[in-house]
Amino acid sequence: MSDEEIQVFIDGVVRYFQRTTGEPAEVDPPYLKGEDSVTLDFTGVIGISGRHRGAVYFTSCAEQLTELLHRFGETAIGFADHEDLVGEVANTIAGNARQYFGSEFLISVPVVLCGQPDRISFPLCLKNFVIPFTWRSYRSYLIICLDLQP
Amino acid sequence: MGARTVLETSGRLLIVDDSSTVRRSIERHIYSERVTKIYQAANGREAMELFERYRPELVTMDLTMPEMDGLTCISRMMALKPDTRLMVISALGDAETAIEAVERGANEYVVKPFSAEDLNLALANLIAEASGPR
Repeated sequence: MSDEEIQVFIDGVVRYFQRTTGEPAEVDPPYLKGEDSVTLDFTGVIGISGRHRGAVYFTSCAEQLTELLHRFGETAIGFADHEDLVGEVANTIAGNARQYFGSEFLISVPVVLCGQPDRISFPLCLKNFVIPFTWRSYRSYLIICLDLQP
Repeated sequence: MGARTVLETSGRLLIVDDSSTVRRSIERHIYSERVTKIYQAANGREAMELFERYRPELVTMDLTMPEMDGLTCISRMMALKPDTRLMVISALGDAETAIEAVERGANEYVVKPFSAEDLNLALANLIAEASGPR
């Protein structure tokens, strides 16, 4: 992935929090994922196909998702709401990327994973870029595994 | 009367989105007294079932959904009831998709993430279009 392509996803993260809460997320420099675990309580996964192949992962702690849901006006918040929102954030950021990549950047519906970070295996054949960010002191990660179709 | 003022007699709204958070968020932003009844669907198949049963005047439509995608849904709804006022609310930010949605019959296209102001303005436009001269 080029710097310009990574920037598309950084912009997506900043825009999501700015537009939905009025407070932008603070993004730290992206890095190549190593052996370290970057999965938190809930992870939304969007599969990418078409001209590209790969996946976009958004992973967040329950507290951040609860805070976001409060901002949206939710009051009775449960496990299912966390699952729903983490998938929706992943979907929104991946979908927004079509403005740059075009309509052949096909996105799947979200798959949501809860906890059990050891079970999440990232594609080894692709470079996995981690975009760490903070919103209201909560740390989250966007992980991008993307390549052109061979 | 009749077709000129669709919402004067009835204001049914169908909200279609696979995210329950988004559906509730849209519902909270519906302030119009003209919207008298709101239905919700989590995928295209459910949406078509509710659409055929209740024939809503207004629809908000997600595009990326399980079972039946939003673009297919728009075409089927417009074939059944061409005067439906429909607003796409989708994360898909590319121009090609927006153009295709409009060609299939969408009246408004809002790209997620939306602010409360974005949504209020778009919904007001949709309701005004539905109430105005046809």
